[in-house]
Amino acid sequence: MYDFINANLPYLLAGISVGGQYALIAIGYTMVYGILRLINFAHGDVFTAAAYAMVYMNATLPLYISLPLTIIFTVVLGYTVERVAYKPLRSAPRMSIMISAIGVSYLLQNLMWYITGGLAQQYPTIPWISNTVTILTATTKMVTLITPVLTLVLVLLLVQLINHTKIGMAMRAVSKDFETSRLMGIKIDNVISVTFVIGSFLAAIGSMLYFTNYTAVTPTSGAMPGLKAFVAAVFGGIGSIPGAVIGAFIIGIAENIIKAVGLTTFSDAFTFALLIFVLIFKPTGLFGEVTHEKV
Amino acid sequence: MSLLTVTDLKVSYDGIEALKGINFQVDKGQIVTLIGANGAGKSTILRAISSLVPIKGGSINFDGRDITSLDTVSVVREGIVMVPEGRRVFPNLTVLENLKIGAYLHTNQKEIETNIEHVYQRFPKLKERHWQLAGTLSGGEQQMLAVGRALMARPKLLMMDEPSLGLAPLVVKEIFDIIRRLQQEGITILLIEQNANAALRTSNYAYVLETGRIVMEGPGIELLHDPKITAAYLGQSRQKVQ
Repeated sequence: MYDFINANLPYLLAGISVGGQYALIAIGYTMVYGILRLINFAHGDVFTAAAYAMVYMNATLPLYISLPLTIIFTVVLGYTVERVAYKPLRSAPRMSIMISAIGVSYLLQNLMWYITGGLAQQYPTIPWISNTVTILTATTKMVTLITPVLTLVLVLLLVQLINHTKIGMAMRAVSKDFETSRLMGIKIDNVISVTFVIGSFLAAIGSMLYFTNYTAVTPTSGAMPGLKAFVAAVFGGIGSIPGAVIGAFIIGIAENIIKAVGLTTFSDAFTFALLIFVLIFKPTGLFGEVTHEKV
Repeated sequence: MSLLTVTDLKVSYDGIEALKGINFQVDKGQIVTLIGANGAGKSTILRAISSLVPIKGGSINFDGRDITSLDTVSVVREGIVMVPEGRRVFPNLTVLENLKIGAYLHTNQKEIETNIEHVYQRFPKLKERHWQLAGTLSGGEQQMLAVGRALMARPKLLMMDEPSLGLAPLVVKEIFDIIRRLQQEGITILLIEQNANAALRTSNYAYVLETGRIVMEGPGIELLHDPKITAAYLGQSRQKVQ
């Protein structure tokens, strides 16, 4: 028994931690989908851009400045993407906005190639959360413990915001009915912007936690966690925040269990097999609502 | 005194003229009805006033101001509030939240609380069910909620798009009672109805629309007894009743 825990605890801890990081990205996907019915393909690249922002700002600025600046940069980037690439297409067919999203994704990726020259950049060490701790027998970084706690705190705050504030009420209303929301006096463009701001904010936090576990950032390093977070959002039922969080934790833990049993090669394959499985057998995911076409 | 004056209003969808120059006015404190067949352009008029569809020509004057080019939110701020066709309550919000969102542009919490109480007095059912999701209400209750939600904005002009559509006869009667009571309280109402009989009885003045044009107008009761209207919009059932 002791040996079993000894052998598997690190994987479980890693699973919970990476699950939390996926969750922070997945919320951005699911919230934007909930309001715009759009898969924001650029979200994973915003996540990567947050990592680069941290790399470059931390090179010249102290952490207590570079960290908040990185968050602000990411939020502004997410906001700008929406204003430039999605807002002008508000009344266009959904397919056009999706293509625009794919375009933005490649644009951001290529900008990052251009700016960085494609070289892997060393991600800065954030003190304290990079420290090593030992739990029972497992040695891990502090970030492993902080991630799930911070994720849950942020999710609880978000749920409070959505359920108990005026802007949260407006977000729920806009997610159901643009036109009637306008008739209530709600400026839906502002509500949509707030959604992107929240999603990007959480992606920035997720990026800091995620890249602390890795030494380097490349323009495509965000693609895989971004995709997995997307799978998590679909698995949980896209549009549902609790769904995205639970889906992300399940995927994070499952991936690491697969690694624990020695099938590391297949851990990514598992995630995408899960996507196919969900889309075939329960397209609405764990908590997704059956969507009716608006009349 | 005229509260709303619509002059030569033109609206096109995909090159097809839905409104071909509409002129009408709504006097303060009155109930004015637009009747006409499906596709005559009734809803389009309300949607154009609320700036939900682009206006191609003409002008809309409200309370002494030109509101033709205002966006939807600004029109609401001016005091024109719509009860949309099919009620369109927010099914994922509670009854209370639906009322609160009706007062979205208002910031005085005390006033909002008072207005909620007013709506509850008017529709006690809503108070009973204030915690329920609006999607779980019956059609009639949803219509009450849609009206209550609109009243939360303290409208100067209340526009109602087919409030009786799809409701049981008893509920329809109740809806028209409410409309009359709102008028007594000083709210001006612009009404669209399929139920021409009840609408004409209730309204001070009415306009008849046919394929994007106003073809007839007059006090509600006069139109009610006009043989052309009787034949076109009231059908045979009314004559049997009389």
